[in-house]
Amino acid sequence: MQRRYLSTAALAAVLSAGLMAGPADAKELRWAFQTDTTSLDPMGHNVTFTFSVLGNVYEGLVRRGADLEIEPALAEKWEIVEPNRWRFHLRKGVKFHNGNDFNADDVIFSYQRINNPDSNVRDRVAGVTEVVKVDDYTVDFVTEVPNPILISQWESFFMMDKEWSEANGATVPTNTTKGIESYAGQHANGTGPFKITERTVDVRTVFVPNTEWWDKATHNLTKVTMTPITQSATRVAALLSGEIDMMYPAPLQDIDRINNNQGTSVISGPELRTIFLGMDQFRDKALGTNTDKNPFKDARVRKAVYQAIDIELIKKRIMRGLADPTSIMISPKLFALSDQVSRWPYDPEASKKLLAEAGYPDGFETRMDCPNDRYVNDAQICQAITAMLARVGIKLNMRAYPKAQFFADINRGKQDFAIYLLGWTPSSFDSHNVYYNLMSTWNEKTGQGRVNYGDFSDPRIDEITKLILTETDQAKRDKLILEGYQIVKEQAYYIPLHQQAVVWAARDTIELKQRADNQFHFRHVTVK
Amino acid sequence: MLKFIAGRLMQSVFVMLFVGAIAFTLFQFVGDPINQMVGEDATQAEREELRERLGLNDPLIVQFGRFAANAATGDFGFSYQHKRPVIDLIAERLPATLELAGLSIILALLVGIPMGVYTGLHRYGVLSKIFMTLSLIGVSLPTFLIGILFIYLFSVILGWLPSFGRGEVVDLGWWTTGLLTLSGWKAVILPAVTLALFQMTLVMRLVRAEMLEVMRTDYIKFARARGIANRAVQFRHALKNTLVPVITIIGLQLGTVIAFAIITETVFQWPGMGRLFLQGIQSVDIPIMSAYLVMIAFFFVVINLIVDILYYVVDPRLRIDSAKGAN
Repeated sequence: MQRRYLSTAALAAVLSAGLMAGPADAKELRWAFQTDTTSLDPMGHNVTFTFSVLGNVYEGLVRRGADLEIEPALAEKWEIVEPNRWRFHLRKGVKFHNGNDFNADDVIFSYQRINNPDSNVRDRVAGVTEVVKVDDYTVDFVTEVPNPILISQWESFFMMDKEWSEANGATVPTNTTKGIESYAGQHANGTGPFKITERTVDVRTVFVPNTEWWDKATHNLTKVTMTPITQSATRVAALLSGEIDMMYPAPLQDIDRINNNQGTSVISGPELRTIFLGMDQFRDKALGTNTDKNPFKDARVRKAVYQAIDIELIKKRIMRGLADPTSIMISPKLFALSDQVSRWPYDPEASKKLLAEAGYPDGFETRMDCPNDRYVNDAQICQAITAMLARVGIKLNMRAYPKAQFFADINRGKQDFAIYLLGWTPSSFDSHNVYYNLMSTWNEKTGQGRVNYGDFSDPRIDEITKLILTETDQAKRDKLILEGYQIVKEQAYYIPLHQQAVVWAARDTIELKQRADNQFHFRHVTVK
Repeated sequence: MLKFIAGRLMQSVFVMLFVGAIAFTLFQFVGDPINQMVGEDATQAEREELRERLGLNDPLIVQFGRFAANAATGDFGFSYQHKRPVIDLIAERLPATLELAGLSIILALLVGIPMGVYTGLHRYGVLSKIFMTLSLIGVSLPTFLIGILFIYLFSVILGWLPSFGRGEVVDLGWWTTGLLTLSGWKAVILPAVTLALFQMTLVMRLVRAEMLEVMRTDYIKFARARGIANRAVQFRHALKNTLVPVITIIGLQLGTVIAFAIITETVFQWPGMGRLFLQGIQSVDIPIMSAYLVMIAFFFVVINLIVDILYYVVDPRLRIDSAKGAN
């Protein structure tokens, strides 16, 4: 009796503190991701999840809708006045969360801040030479060369309040090396649909709707609580026990469990990230091989590896159906003509024949390097490939290790691999990024081809890379892009595997929109 | 006595330096922090520049010297990932870890000692057999598994206790505590029991062994011969002598519990130092890793020092030995 009384009192206390669902009209969303966002500084950290969280609080001149289509945000409209001059007409009457007006000075300030050497997000404005204030609500961005895709990577170029930043000494991004901690790392002041009202790092961050938001709210939330839960098993348990309403990523092995549980379901779709294999195509003798040359310099060998991989089996067994086998180096979502390239078919016999033609009738031995904590079931994919290649006579010695070590080993400069597995999402959502980073010849001066770790070099691809940067006719541009992807397939410079899936889980009372870039935006959420 | 303590302190400083040096050498094999800090698109030049600015191109010995000099003044540098002073991060998370570890030790003692005494006195009882079997299970199941099982049983199936976090926390300015709210107490139960299980079995077996030993000694026989009541013999005379080694072990275990809270904290999303360290490893956050290791070493050194001094005070033989040595 005594005890019951105590808990009632405690419950009342908890209710009054507003920790549980209060009155019936309060629509609260409690959700978990596997980590916390390390910082609230929109220019401090180049991490998708950080942008995803801050995208609820800050806004750019443009934003992306649920299907990743570009929409006007803080800029109402824009035009290209000269080939290398973009003019943006800013939305009037927009206020920051602290009540300050948003205008051209804030845009110029935000550009200067993101362009600071200590900003890790500088590449968003790469190629911009200056930003000119035409009037209080008109701004020109001047680029070095014509750039048809200037705004496609601007969703995470967030606008900050000049006055607020200056008053709080947050004019420069957090500087790890000089030990300067930015005020903006712990506090946020954006124009976006939600405000942060409470934050304990690594424990809880609370958002409430911004009632002064310029756009019409389509969500019905009154409060959003974000908690990090690192362990997958704990995250699943918290959802099943009703302590949270939504969480991601959902581990593949728990999908059935979540779906079979009353009132919770898994939501999945293809992610923008392409998982692929790369091969050493520059050394004269490949590492860890039992031959005295480099088999991967021969396109027939690369194609043999390609055709020995049963991608459908990997999809079925390793990815539990949650992967989309792919034929090109970019998500089909991001390239209109993607269906015009097909994969080389799985054919072990053809693979053996190619190996024999290339002078390896009995196959050869080599090694494969993989991360084991970076992509969905990455190490398991490599194990499966090891077994598949063994059937055509290629014996792989597999090394799977944590990403921190893995990247240090395969990065440019060291390139310590024979075959490696990697994933890539173009941050600009455009093929040029893939061409420039993954498919071009390495150029030490400009940094072009930095992620082309296998160091192949194809003059036509280099030419196309140049052309598509300035080609503004969309149909022509797409044709050029397609040509390059076909060359990659013919030469098997890379072996694209699949788009892994974005896997989220939520209670059935939550309606949300899942974005292919794995970003979660509260403005698309309704609670039933 | 003073000479003894001074000597011990000197040794402690060497231990700390040694731990720091080993830690630093290990970091060379953890991976590259740069990749975790910049985006995938960052250029080679940007990466190189950042490496230079972080001082990662300096020889290892120079890096270590810089770290040791700064650490001596309480400055552990800036976390690469969190972009905040490491000392602040640790200070924020220390209360959570210490509360969890403290409660676990208390729990281990409160349950372990009575169980140990009981099994020591009733060696062949049915209950003793059950206790011993349970303790075997407690020692052999990994913490991680126990934690997950607890979560599924008490959170998912029964819905009694929260599966993660620390509940509502009261901030006292210099300390945050979860022990002043109901949700805080609810949240601490599962992780504390999980962390306490191993210590509990250790205490129980230790007390049992000591108890069996002591009950065979002459003075217990004499006490019995004098006709003192059974209970008084067992609890006043036997148990007191049993507890001397137990206290020592517990002292040393305290360090272990703090250090090994890592796994429990990870399973229960407990916002303590252990999780900070684990995240630090995953992202090659060298300042966090080195600070944590040095701090754990410091805990052990301090606890050891206290235990040594207590021995010196308690055990007359030690004093006689050192006096002999002086002659």
